[in-house]
Amino acid sequence: MLDLTFDSPKPKVIAGAKHDWELVIGMEIHAQVASNAKLFSGASTAFGSEPNANVSFVDAAMPGMLPVINEFCVAQAVRTGLGLRAQINLTSAFDRKNYFYPDLPQGYQISQLYHPIVGEGEVIVDMGLGVARRVRIERIHLEQDAGKSIHDMDPAMSFVDFNRTGVALMEIVSRPDIRGPEEAAAYVAKMRQILRYLGTCDGNMQNGNLRADVNVSVCLPGQYEKYQATQDFGHLGTRCEIKNMNSMRFIQQAIEYEARRQITILEAGGSVTQETRLYDPDKGETRSMRSKEEAHDYRYFPDPDLLPLEIDQGWVDDIAAAMPELPDAKKARFMGVYGLTDYDASVLTAELDAAHFFDAVAQGRDGKQAANWVINELFGRLNKEGLDITASPVSAAQLGGLLDLLGADTISGKIAKDLFEILWTEGGDPAAIVAARGMVQVTDMGAIAAAVDQVIAENPAQVEKARANPKLSGWFVGQVMKATGGKANPAAVNEIVAQKLGL
Amino acid sequence: MSGLNTLTLAEARDGLRARDFTAVELTEACLGAIDAGRALNAVVHATPDIARAQAIAADARIAGGDAPAMCGLPLGIKDLFCTKGVPSQAASNILRGFKPEYESTVTAKLFGAGAVMLGKLNMDEFAMGSSNETSCYGNAVNPWKVDDRLLTPGGSSGGSAAAVAADLCLAATGTDTGGSIRQPAALTGIVGIKPTYGRVSRWGIVAFASSLDQAGPMTKTVRDAAIFLGAMAGHDPQDSTSADIPVPDFEAMCTGDIRGRVIGIPREYRMEGMPAEIDALWDKGVAMLRDAGAVIRDISLPHTKYALPAYYVIAPAEASSNLARYDGVRFGHRAKLAQGDGITDMYEKTRAEGFGAEVQRRIMVGTYVLSAGFYDAYYNRARRVRALIKRDFDLAFADGVDAILTPATPSAAFGLGEMASADPVEMYLNDVFTVTVNLAGLPGISVPAGLDAQGLPLGLQLIGRPWDEGGLLNVAYALERAAGFVAKPAQWW
Repeated sequence: MLDLTFDSPKPKVIAGAKHDWELVIGMEIHAQVASNAKLFSGASTAFGSEPNANVSFVDAAMPGMLPVINEFCVAQAVRTGLGLRAQINLTSAFDRKNYFYPDLPQGYQISQLYHPIVGEGEVIVDMGLGVARRVRIERIHLEQDAGKSIHDMDPAMSFVDFNRTGVALMEIVSRPDIRGPEEAAAYVAKMRQILRYLGTCDGNMQNGNLRADVNVSVCLPGQYEKYQATQDFGHLGTRCEIKNMNSMRFIQQAIEYEARRQITILEAGGSVTQETRLYDPDKGETRSMRSKEEAHDYRYFPDPDLLPLEIDQGWVDDIAAAMPELPDAKKARFMGVYGLTDYDASVLTAELDAAHFFDAVAQGRDGKQAANWVINELFGRLNKEGLDITASPVSAAQLGGLLDLLGADTISGKIAKDLFEILWTEGGDPAAIVAARGMVQVTDMGAIAAAVDQVIAENPAQVEKARANPKLSGWFVGQVMKATGGKANPAAVNEIVAQKLGL
Repeated sequence: MSGLNTLTLAEARDGLRARDFTAVELTEACLGAIDAGRALNAVVHATPDIARAQAIAADARIAGGDAPAMCGLPLGIKDLFCTKGVPSQAASNILRGFKPEYESTVTAKLFGAGAVMLGKLNMDEFAMGSSNETSCYGNAVNPWKVDDRLLTPGGSSGGSAAAVAADLCLAATGTDTGGSIRQPAALTGIVGIKPTYGRVSRWGIVAFASSLDQAGPMTKTVRDAAIFLGAMAGHDPQDSTSADIPVPDFEAMCTGDIRGRVIGIPREYRMEGMPAEIDALWDKGVAMLRDAGAVIRDISLPHTKYALPAYYVIAPAEASSNLARYDGVRFGHRAKLAQGDGITDMYEKTRAEGFGAEVQRRIMVGTYVLSAGFYDAYYNRARRVRALIKRDFDLAFADGVDAILTPATPSAAFGLGEMASADPVEMYLNDVFTVTVNLAGLPGISVPAGLDAQGLPLGLQLIGRPWDEGGLLNVAYALERAAGFVAKPAQWW
């Protein structure tokens, strides 16, 4: 197991009118399980289908319908737990969370309150070079997503779309170990990265594929350390939960706003009410979502339609044996094996597809050079054209071929860029293109010397200047390169120019 | 041919195979009896077209030499079962007009085995009641009658019991959450078995209390119960609580030989204030089993007295959640709304109009016992009691007891309307001998064993080991033979 050494970042401190305040943040991430079928029915989970196209009798809660657990979703939760180095509970159980809402056909959500499938784990959230936050995971449980109520299609009626009803979610609950808005966003980003590496969640935040409830409280400096020593929440402030955030930027803004709101209340001698709030990105503020009178009593109880979920260690072991390399390990390998900088390794491991691409390019080649080409040439071009790595016109094999030609001095760096352009626009085999189009670098000293002689003969005035100021010899190199169509080996040209000018 | 409707399943099956009559003739006899039996209000939705088509198909199968277990046998189906394209309302107004697009596993298995559906049968609304008086269709009537009073057929499977006892059908499906098969069977002089929890699929049966609900047959004889149960039972991957355990040939296990079988007599079932007649019947049953060669042993099931209160916490708790789906949004009844009414008004009006008083009472009780601050005191405590009750039985069985004999009901059938002004708890007392079996998930069967002084049938209950319906049916078969119960209600309707 990988053990990175790092220092913890300083908590975010907000200066109030009277004191400094620290932030304490915990998160519940709702990650839609990547799976073709729903958690308890065989209906499809495809996004963007016609309303109510993916609804089984079970999803619609028709009389007499019963849930049957989807084994694949359980495997995904276990895989996620293993990816977060968490305890896997071989026995877990499902509970009903009861409340009425039109997009909840059963009148209850099947969830896991009392016995979640995954217990304690951890995530390392990178916050810069050698600085990272270890965030403890309290639990992960499986639950059903709700459908969607649509209120703006008709002035008098509301509509419901049950396509999302019953889709599997993992609720990933952290301990209150996050200490600032930036850390919160970085935590979500890291979680998203890990889930995508695992293939257990697509992590598409715009589609609501990954959403977060953020618990925010503030405390005076020193209080958090007391909490850490005792795990007694009494040392911390009263928290508010900001529901349903699906943008990293809004998460940061909402935390910032919410912390300042709480500080203002506390410094005025008031007390924070524990409640659920919503963030309004247009106004940049959080608002109370429901009053105490409207607070739900969910009447949780064990779902009698489902037996306790028993899995065996052998099955968990099989999943563990097939785990992919995770971001931290991959980054460490890129740094160790390919000699990449922390920064380059981070960039190249951010997305799994990009990491795979780089791995393929760098395999058996100069890793640093591969990283430069992938990051600067390829990513630069992809960004400019708004393309994803999976849609790259230049394949890893093509880019690798280019690097091989460069490494063998068959082409010059300048030609390599031309070659990249040809590969991007026209495609083809790099070596064949170089051969067919005469792009091979000229290393024939005689030919280069002849070209140098010609330039010197045609430019006596420049020769005088260069002899007086050797820095101007670069002009001759440029002229020679131009005359040879860029194919001359630049090092050889340099050497011969200097020699002929008598420098 | 007249009187085919009075046959047992076994007789009819054998007659059909011997070509003594056809399934169509048998079905017509039952349809005729249903027509003539309207006063019993047992059938709430007759399906003669389906019945005739199924009978024709059954005759063809018999002619082709392919006659499965239930081929051509006309049955009544409790309204709690979802039957494709046929009204399935759980006798509730909230499901008014509901015709499912799917067939329950049980009815699908029965039809697959060649059975004929005559119609949907009356019951207490959502199977909540012991007299069939909470039905949106009005009460079913017991074919047994000794004076001017109309009597209850019991509940919740009251329509099933009345229909079988009155020979409107050869047998019927029932469901049993706290005694809803066994109590009405006892009050109408027929046989009813609640199988081990998990023996019969619950898929497609409107749920009352999921951890207690179990479907079973209601028949004229024990042999019929064995035949019918064999056709209903079996693993269903669509029901996670259904057990993947082989289904034996129950009928073949009914030999009547119970020599050496140990029958437990639980002392806690001798309740204070129990009518002497019930006591006497129980003693008679003990004597009959002893005479048949069984070993009689007094046993103790010490937590019995907590069963009824535990049941009336657990069952309503589950029901309050199971019935949340009847919200007026997707199917069934939706209240007419006033200008400005919101979603909460829609829920409140729909459910107030759609659910009857008893269902509302149980939803309220269930909601209360699950609510914050009360959950541990009620629901969790009831679950612990349930575990103790189950342990009582486990210990008895581990000690060598093969089956347990108890009364089925605390009284014979009572008059319709007699309990109308009573405390609901008095009605709940009807289940006092039966709820323990549901709480423990065991198989239990009610066998008619005699008549009371007025001439009304009384039943005895036998409780078996988990998954030992075969052994249980055999003891019941021996009891049935010994009791020689042949009385039939005089036809007044």
